Amino acid sequence: MAERASWSLGAALRGVFGAKTIDEDTWDDLEAALIRADFGPAVTEEIVDAIKAQVERYKTTDPKDVQRMLREIVEERLAKYDPTLKLTERPAVVLVVGVNGVGKTTTIGKFARFLRTYDRSVVVGAADTFRAAAVEQLATWAGRAGVEIVRPEREGQDPASVAFQTVDRAKREGIEIVIIDTAGRLHTKGGLMDELGKIRRVVEKQAPVSEVLLVLDATTGQNGLAQAEAFIEHGGVTGLVLTKLDGSAKGGFVLAVQEKTGLPIKLIGQGEGINDLTGFTPHVFAQKLVG
Amino acid sequence: MATFGNLSDRLAETFKNLRTKGKLSAADVDGTVREIRRALLDADVALDVVKQFTSHVRERALGDEVNKALNPAQQVVQIVNEELVSILGGQQRRLQFAKNPPTVIMLAGLQGAGKTTLAGKLAKWLVKEGHTPMLVASDLQRPNAVNQLQVVGGQAGVPVYAPEPGNGVGDPVKVAKDGVAQAQRAQHDVVIIDTAGRLGVDAEMMKQAANIRKATNPDEVLFVIDAMIGQDAVTTAKAFQDGVDFTGVVLSKLDGDARGGAALSVASVTGRPIIFASTGEGLDDFEPFHPDRMASRILDLGDILTLIEQAQQAFDEEEAMKVAEKLATEQFTLEDFLAQMQQLRGAGSIKKMLGMLPGAGGMKQQLENFDEREIVRTEAIIQSMTPAERKNTKLLNGSRRLRIAKGAGMTVTDVNQLVQRFEQAAKMMKTVARGGMPQIPGMGPIPGGGGHGGGKRASAKGKKKASGSRSGNPAKRAAENQALTEGRPVAGASAAAGAGFGLGAKGGSATPSAEDLAKVQKLLGR
Repeated sequence: MAERASWSLGAALRGVFGAKTIDEDTWDDLEAALIRADFGPAVTEEIVDAIKAQVERYKTTDPKDVQRMLREIVEERLAKYDPTLKLTERPAVVLVVGVNGVGKTTTIGKFARFLRTYDRSVVVGAADTFRAAAVEQLATWAGRAGVEIVRPEREGQDPASVAFQTVDRAKREGIEIVIIDTAGRLHTKGGLMDELGKIRRVVEKQAPVSEVLLVLDATTGQNGLAQAEAFIEHGGVTGLVLTKLDGSAKGGFVLAVQEKTGLPIKLIGQGEGINDLTGFTPHVFAQKLVG
Repeated sequence: MATFGNLSDRLAETFKNLRTKGKLSAADVDGTVREIRRALLDADVALDVVKQFTSHVRERALGDEVNKALNPAQQVVQIVNEELVSILGGQQRRLQFAKNPPTVIMLAGLQGAGKTTLAGKLAKWLVKEGHTPMLVASDLQRPNAVNQLQVVGGQAGVPVYAPEPGNGVGDPVKVAKDGVAQAQRAQHDVVIIDTAGRLGVDAEMMKQAANIRKATNPDEVLFVIDAMIGQDAVTTAKAFQDGVDFTGVVLSKLDGDARGGAALSVASVTGRPIIFASTGEGLDDFEPFHPDRMASRILDLGDILTLIEQAQQAFDEEEAMKVAEKLATEQFTLEDFLAQMQQLRGAGSIKKMLGMLPGAGGMKQQLENFDEREIVRTEAIIQSMTPAERKNTKLLNGSRRLRIAKGAGMTVTDVNQLVQRFEQAAKMMKTVARGGMPQIPGMGPIPGGGGHGGGKRASAKGKKKASGSRSGNPAKRAAENQALTEGRPVAGASAAAGAGFGLGAKGGSATPSAEDLAKVQKLLGR
């Protein structure tokens, strides 16, 4: 792990695709690689079975075909949903939610910058009034991205009121896009999840919420699905953001999340730099993942 | 993943046909092992660890070690549990303090694992233990991490050494080193160094962490890892072990619903013990790690295992055989009943036992309403009888009953109810016993007061109903606002459902055990 390994299953699959013929080992290795990439036992089984069936049908013995089939299957499954961000409202309000420590604040910083490069005016709202120094962290990112920030007037202010003020300001000053940071919350905490619903309701009094982005950490395992389900229920999530793809984790669980919840992945974060956030394109993702 | 149901259910399915077999066949074990493998993967245990683990379990399950007290299904569960606990570290390890203060504790981990928050929690915990910790802000990378540590330190009432503003400015190695020196001067006996989060693949940052370690020579390097992490746990843990070499692990965000298979992976791959668990956002949500609880959590078996163990301890087999014999020969007396009840009490608080059952959450209210003293009262009544009376309830005439009531500090009605319920139960058990009871050693006696053997099955089923009636009861009882009468009216009401129940209710003891039995039975695929 000394050098920056590329984010790919390539290394794990080299043995599979480099072999002379397709045999039992091929399937074992393929299964192991997918499970290690956090696809989860169920999805892994489906994918392996699908490839097995294709191999049977086309009577191929070349592992290279397996690689192509894997790429196609992953891409096909990822591409079922539309990853376009809908920011046509003015102001377009984006809520960013997620469990603790997945990188919400960082994502907002990058996202604001991303929007600035398209010349959109942006204001961020620091509605994470819970975690120590979260407001300062967001302010630092806002400074880097060159966007406005609305801070809470006092410590421990109701996050919904900060959100309200942010949207209010955007409307007054004609700012095009509003991004609201929320405190990280574990999806199992009922009270906090209700708070999220409140933020949403309060914002909707001013302007419709265009996007609710759920930030998921690529290192997350099968718990990612439970997180997504809870946030959908309470926050009305419209899209997923996958962060920390610059590590060794593959984030395979998003495939299951996307399929089980019908939510498209919209953005992916691949580093700590402010420009390390990109839109999600299924074929690029599949290509990079499978190699 | 809820979609697959929990392991208990799936195992029950696997075991459906195992009931009559004494020993596991290779095919049975394979089926079971497959389910366990899947459950472990769902719990995010790393694949290699799973492979190793299942092959171990398979070996042992097919081996000769057969525990007579458990049925085959339970045996496998027990083997699995033992293996889990042994990997997670048989016993808890405590923090190692330096002989010459200050003790230096360094925190390391991925971004967002919860290091800074943990620093505060650890500091607060140490203060409670009588130490005087100091925090050092060596995370100069993340925007305002220094600020956050200062706030957290303030909340914990612990000084923070933060000479650099952070946000990419300053040398974390120097800060750490100076921090330790500062602590020495100010006579703090523990120094906690918060470092920047880093990815395992980030060579430069790993080197920095290694440099901090070299410069400060910490007594403990704690690797903080998110309980929700997936398969990557192994890669990350290995990278940190190679890069910094930690001495212990802290599992964070355990208050979520992640199974935390990562704990198993990390412990297994690195051989480092998990020392603490962080279980919430408050600074007090922090506790030493319990390997056994984690084992059950990973497999989602609740603490059913604890129950199996307790049951095994509380009921020795001989006693069970005696009772069975007595039942068959119609000699079940109040004395036996008393003995059983006392045995059960030896198993620990009934409320606690009930609470440990997976799925017991729904019964919480009933649990709250359950009065443990009811058992004591029943005991008192029986103990106020002469040995002759205990053996033969027919002796009990009015004046004897009055004497007993007085002796026990109860009313004659109470005595009457007990006797009546006992007689019904004894009758029922007799019938059951004659009908032949499936011999489940170790478990046979558990239902004790409740039905026995076959009756148990019936009562386990009926139990559901009975517990329904009980649940209705608290409401009624609440209306009456008479806590004391609770057990009695309930029992009376459910007498029709089976005296075993009435008995159970009064002997409270029987009820929970039967309830847990029902659960165990489910495992058995009954």
